[in-house]
Amino acid sequence: MQPLLRVENLVKHYAAGRSASSKVKLTALDGVSLSIPSGETLALVGESGSGKSTLALCIACLEPPTSGSVWFEGIDAAALGENQQCLLRPQIQLVFQDPASSLNPRWTALDIVSEPFLVQGRFTKPDRAVRALQLLDRVAIPRKMAARRADELSGGQKQRLAIARALALEPKLLILDEALSALDCSVQAQISNLLLDLQSSLGLTYLFITHDFAMAAHMADQIAVMYQGRIVESGPFEKILSSPNHEATRSLMAATPRFIETPGVLVHF
Amino acid sequence: MRYFIRRALHAVFLLFGVSLLTFLFSALTPGNYFDEMRLNPQISPDTVAALRSQYQLDRPLPVRYAHWLNAVAHGQLGFSFTYNGPVAPLLWARARNTLLLTITATLLAWLVALPLGVWSAARFGRAPDRVLSWTTATLLVVPDLVLALGLLILAVRTGWFPTGGLVSVGFDELSVSHKLRDIALHMVLPVVSLVLATLPMLVRHVRASVADVLDAPFLRAAAGHGIPQRKLLYRYALRAAANPLISLFGFSVGTLLSGSLLVEVVMSWPGLGPLLLESILARDLYVVIGGVLLSMLFLVGGNLFADILLYLADPRIRTAASAE
Amino acid sequence: MPLLEVKNLHVSYSARSGEVCPALAGVNFDLGPGEILGVLGESGSGKSTLAAALLRLLPSNGKIQKGLVLFEGKNLLEVSPQDLRRIRGGRIGLIFQEPSSSLHPTLQIGQQVSDVLAAHEYLARRALNEKTSQLLASVFPVDAERISRSYPHELSGGHRQRVLIAQAIACGPSLVVADEPTASLDPTTQKEILQLFGTLRQKLGLAMILITHNPALLAGLADRILVLYAGRVAEIGPAAKVLSSPQHPYTAALLRCLPTDFAEGQSARKTRLPVIPGEPPNLALFDRGCQFEPRCTERMEVCQCDEPAVNAVGELHEVSCFKFAG
Repeated sequence: MQPLLRVENLVKHYAAGRSASSKVKLTALDGVSLSIPSGETLALVGESGSGKSTLALCIACLEPPTSGSVWFEGIDAAALGENQQCLLRPQIQLVFQDPASSLNPRWTALDIVSEPFLVQGRFTKPDRAVRALQLLDRVAIPRKMAARRADELSGGQKQRLAIARALALEPKLLILDEALSALDCSVQAQISNLLLDLQSSLGLTYLFITHDFAMAAHMADQIAVMYQGRIVESGPFEKILSSPNHEATRSLMAATPRFIETPGVLVHF
Repeated sequence: MRYFIRRALHAVFLLFGVSLLTFLFSALTPGNYFDEMRLNPQISPDTVAALRSQYQLDRPLPVRYAHWLNAVAHGQLGFSFTYNGPVAPLLWARARNTLLLTITATLLAWLVALPLGVWSAARFGRAPDRVLSWTTATLLVVPDLVLALGLLILAVRTGWFPTGGLVSVGFDELSVSHKLRDIALHMVLPVVSLVLATLPMLVRHVRASVADVLDAPFLRAAAGHGIPQRKLLYRYALRAAANPLISLFGFSVGTLLSGSLLVEVVMSWPGLGPLLLESILARDLYVVIGGVLLSMLFLVGGNLFADILLYLADPRIRTAASAE
Repeated sequence: MPLLEVKNLHVSYSARSGEVCPALAGVNFDLGPGEILGVLGESGSGKSTLAAALLRLLPSNGKIQKGLVLFEGKNLLEVSPQDLRRIRGGRIGLIFQEPSSSLHPTLQIGQQVSDVLAAHEYLARRALNEKTSQLLASVFPVDAERISRSYPHELSGGHRQRVLIAQAIACGPSLVVADEPTASLDPTTQKEILQLFGTLRQKLGLAMILITHNPALLAGLADRILVLYAGRVAEIGPAAKVLSSPQHPYTAALLRCLPTDFAEGQSARKTRLPVIPGEPPNLALFDRGCQFEPRCTERMEVCQCDEPAVNAVGELHEVSCFKFAG
């Protein structure tokens, strides 16, 4: 079966400094290839600065790659013109780490989830409100909260709202860029459950970007480890876990705080 | 370094533009210096025409502009009809006096504004801060002219300070120390009125910028390390609030300069102000253009100085500039 | 004698509307010399308020209403401003959240560290410089010299965190309070910083209060753990006990929320995690009864009416829950 997303040999250079003519180039992505089958989750793990977020932006058509291709449902998104990319963008949505800074604090929850309809000019006004309320139901934000302003919501509710907004245009691929990292443990659990529910009910495909190995293991089918702009290791989770080949993988595994319960004793790794 | 070269080029370009505009506007205003002569029956129209052609006022505007540019390139700024001599030396003498006033007023205003603003910010919202806020607000609404006139009346009534000019009669016979004293005494009134006119704005800005950073996490952290209050305010808070204040400094040079032009006229200080006024009224074209250009030069100089200060004060700007 | 004793600490914030919102409501605990106490709490539990209140560093709308903070025999809530300044940074080192915003943006690192030293002891310039470099060398095994001349924006998050640690331990304090010291760091750096804490405690005999929302960070590092919920101590006890057999229903539910250990295989993968239903309470509403009652799976009738008292469930292990009453 054809994967939903296939990235081939993606390269992204940034000019060091501000002027585009600068001769010094920073290589953010150095030939990245990966693929995600429809309805599955790929966890992309790596330290900060390894290029995870750049990859997310390139896949979402928000940054043009220097070279390489991003095949989405058999279309090379990277080769499309600006106008055609606009048609593609609703299919790929991003959810960021800090919901507080990606939501306008003065807007109500309802405003925020209906905005994508407005931007795309979809539906009539009453229709937009109905659909927005359905979205809030979907992410379990009580309807009485719909008129609250974003800055009156808790961290978990804000992240639910960001997810609802991402779902508005019925995307096929959701890129979750550290979407759980800033949340408290109990809220993390709630949101990860929500994501799993949404995946099974809507058949969503996730690119789950994180530096938390434990959460990656919980959420994903496949894993790809990124290090200095390259994917150094990828495959089914069990395989990587039992025989990690690359030093970056091993050090990430070792650094993940966890506790193992041998009777009564807790060990910090 | 490239950062400053670019800034300087920018400044030259700006001055060029200003000169062009002044030239254009002066050409658009009706009449010229020799028009009044025409009304004088004792001067024959031929003489006027001869004078006009001598000063090239009968040539088209682009030619005159090119001519003037050529003169500027040779260190001259044209010819004054009223003073019947070259503009440059005339302007320099006056500019020196204006600069003396402006620089003194700028330094004094900032020396008072910084501690006062910090003091007020440290008491944000409490009684002393409110009193100061009201005072500065009141001073802000009083027009500069009223302020200057008020001071003038005060000086005339009390006789504490000389009320006009740069020096007293018989200045040349005084010893050096007495000369300095004499100039300083003459400076008091214009400087005080300039400082009073800008101080409220400066104090309010310093207060607002410092109050803004007082809640910053790094100040709370510094307080948590036991850094003494004085150091906290003057080293940590003021430094962090410096960027907008330095930009304001460049701007304040401009307001003080334009304020100075006004105050000079009121207090008959022999600076650029009275000269500009006179020559505008007399349509002494090249003096006007030279004066405007010189004021612009000071303004640009002030902002360039502020840029240099900003570069020195903020390592983040240095990093960004060197990356370019 | 304990190094620090906190008794019945009440702190509240006033909103602009004049509404008073309690943040801490009767917190009690003590800390021995050289001990590491982990304070575990989620957002809104009052954990950052606790850190700030100990040194009277609350924001201007925060107020300590009553209580006692006894440190080395002095009540910090009543000492003079001069004494308080000497204790801040001198006897108690502080590491605030967010290394990126806790350093002055336009002062060199070396300068910021030496300012802390200069605030507490009189040193000649040379001695001051020497002590500063020693201090930086103790947290940066390599490159201390270069870092001393750097500005915060030139350093990575982990390096900035190390600078904060250097500042906190500069004057040889007996206690360090660290509020979420690793929240914004990636796991490798996080691990390094935690190891550094362990080393410092061994070398300097420091007592520490380590505030975090992540229970996994405390395993193997903290001696005791205090669990904060809605401004109250839900549970306090030896770390191993609290983490392996939590007694308070909240602690137990919180620990169940963590994804199972990834090393244990795939059985639990892509399954729903157990969650604590609902949201933390709004403390401005002054609800009667146990604050956790609306979300608790083991609630009883009494929980709605009264606040639970503290009950001992083991040696040094106390829980505020009616399950253990009487």
